[in-house]
Amino acid sequence: MKILVTAKRIPDPGQKIKLKGNALDLSAANWQLNQFDEYAVEAALRLTEDGAAPATRQGAVTVASLGPADVQQQLRSALAMGADKAIRVEAKDEELDAVIVAKTLEKLVRRDQPDLVLMGKLAADNEGNDVGQRLAALLGWPQATFACSIQVVDGGKALLVGREVDNGVEIKKVRLPAVVTVDLRIIAPQAVKNGRTAANFAYPEGPRYASLKGIRAAKDKPIEALTLSGLGVSTALQVKTHGSELPPARQAGKKIASVHELVEKLRSEAKVL
Amino acid sequence: MGNVLIYLEQAEGALRPAALSAITFARAVHKAQGGKLLFLLIGDNVKGAAAQAATFGADGVLTVEAPALQHYLAETYAPIVARVAKEQGATLVGGTSTAVGKDLFPRVAGLLDAGLAPDISAVLAARQFRRATNAGNVYQTLEITSPAAVVSARQTEFSRAAAIGSNSPVSAVAPGNIDAQGAEFVELQTQKRDRPDLTEARIVVSGGRGMKDGKNFAQIEQICDVLGAAMGASRAACDAGMVPNDLQVGQTGKVVAPDLYIAVAISGAIQHLAGMKGSKVIVAINKDAEAPIFQLADYGLVMQWEKALPELLSELKRIKGA
Ligand SMILES: Cc1cc2nc3c(=O)[nH]c(=O)nc-3n(C[C@H](O)[C@H](O)[C@H](O)COP(=O)(O)OP(=O)(O)OC[C@H]3O[C@@H](n4cnc5c(N)ncnc54)[C@H](O)[C@@H]3O)c2cc1C
Ligand SMILES: Nc1ncnc2c1ncn2[C@@H]1O[C@H](COP(=O)(O)O)[C@@H](O)[C@H]1O
Repeated sequence: MKILVTAKRIPDPGQKIKLKGNALDLSAANWQLNQFDEYAVEAALRLTEDGAAPATRQGAVTVASLGPADVQQQLRSALAMGADKAIRVEAKDEELDAVIVAKTLEKLVRRDQPDLVLMGKLAADNEGNDVGQRLAALLGWPQATFACSIQVVDGGKALLVGREVDNGVEIKKVRLPAVVTVDLRIIAPQAVKNGRTAANFAYPEGPRYASLKGIRAAKDKPIEALTLSGLGVSTALQVKTHGSELPPARQAGKKIASVHELVEKLRSEAKVL
Repeated sequence: MGNVLIYLEQAEGALRPAALSAITFARAVHKAQGGKLLFLLIGDNVKGAAAQAATFGADGVLTVEAPALQHYLAETYAPIVARVAKEQGATLVGGTSTAVGKDLFPRVAGLLDAGLAPDISAVLAARQFRRATNAGNVYQTLEITSPAAVVSARQTEFSRAAAIGSNSPVSAVAPGNIDAQGAEFVELQTQKRDRPDLTEARIVVSGGRGMKDGKNFAQIEQICDVLGAAMGASRAACDAGMVPNDLQVGQTGKVVAPDLYIAVAISGAIQHLAGMKGSKVIVAINKDAEAPIFQLADYGLVMQWEKALPELLSELKRIKGA
């Protein structure tokens, strides 16, 4: 299976947010791979290997990102996990919106013709939850968002995807090629079943760490460099950010000594019981 | 400017509660941009829900019905929403950002070549919206500059609309060619619960990893039942299999904003806080006085849940006279 994984770099979500004027000040940001995209890389690797150590790979995983030159670091980390090659489309983060990102990815998909595009369900910084579904629309492909499980069925022609929805898990079948966006639990030990790996095989929980060997190998893997204009994508923004502000901070309240006192306070002071 | 088209979710012949929030959002955005306000319902039988939708003062209610539309699929619903939007001259299309809305609206936006304002918390102007980003730590003002705009609204930020009793005309629109593009609904694995939905409850009691075992959540359930509350959980508790995943509160789970949120044995990671810090009153019960959850809790109880929960249950039973 040929898989295209998309990857965005985001500022470390644990860092304190600073503003400069009414824009985010990212000058001291520690950039990292969006966690959901890291999970998508892990899922793609599980789909293309057999669980043996060392794993025999079938298929290929390409990781693509739109971003400035520094994104190479995040791409290298995906290559070190085991992806085969990477693509970087030159762009400044503030020059992008979901429309531009999706149209760029559409060009890459039409050129490289993967069987599957695996993406994070959400970029944890801007929380768009937009690009995957939009890309599927542009391609006229089926989509399975919020995937917590993926099973290859019909001799590799379709996927059975478990989707985390509001009231449980929806099972949706999508013919390939398709766009799948992954949710947190796709990295559970048995969430991905590719039809070749032994049915009871269990991965360790979470995305894999890059091995030293993987890190060395990543240095020699190709990162193709492209530009928006070279791909023929219009750069006019359709979604503009006019400013950001910090929400009013919640004050820490008081510590209460006993359950009895807590209930009395909730009743007489907060009036919520 | 053009018209406003709002997709309303329905189930079993009635509007879903999320649709009532969509109507409140619809009124706000209609006030900002003018034009006609139209509601759209899609399914295999939406007559009951359409009759209900007709009582909220819209200029029209449109229905699209076909057996093949029984189960929601982005592949079949999105082209209908996009087509109706064009036919009706709608320049603003939207609804609530439920699991369906989050799946549907970006696909609609892709078909319309429109910008999307996702999961907004306020309408600032016809094309300007406020939304939370970065796990709720930033408020952002977005402007959509494409001719059509697609907008989804966060359910907890728009109260449920009340009917005004008017009678909007209801008209059927032909479904046209329905093509699932290789997608198929197989089944929904769901657990029926007697408690209120997380996103709708007035009180939510959540448990975290510190609960240690799924069976200990029975103590939280008992408290929920005395309070008429919904039960929630942290990611760690869901991942450990203590409770079903759809109880997860947070950036990746449900966003809740009840009058009272009680966090039991939850440390207060930013991704969890993103889903509950809009609550009116927050109570934290944690054995670790340094847990970050105490930094935003209105009332903090430094105590083991093994001691706190049985006491809480009996206190609550006493005041509720149960
Ligand atoms: C991309 C991403 C998205 C995420 N999205 C979410 C999300 O939507 N929702 C979410 O919740 N998390 C989310 N997380 C996970 C989040 O970062 C935390 O890991 C998680 O919230 C921790 O859950 P917890 O507080 O239950 O566990 P812990 O952090 O382990 O805290 C357990 C707490 O229990 C207390 N405790 C232990 N024993 C007792 C006892 N006997 N009595 C009282 N207190 C006790 C401890 O003092 C501790 O504070 C996400 C993470 C990532 C990377
Ligand atoms: N600049 C980017 N480069 C590559 N992929 C991206 C980029 N922005 C968003 N994506 C992908 O789209 C997913 C959803 O992003 P969003 O719609 O912005 O929440 C992310 O998890 C990424 O996989």
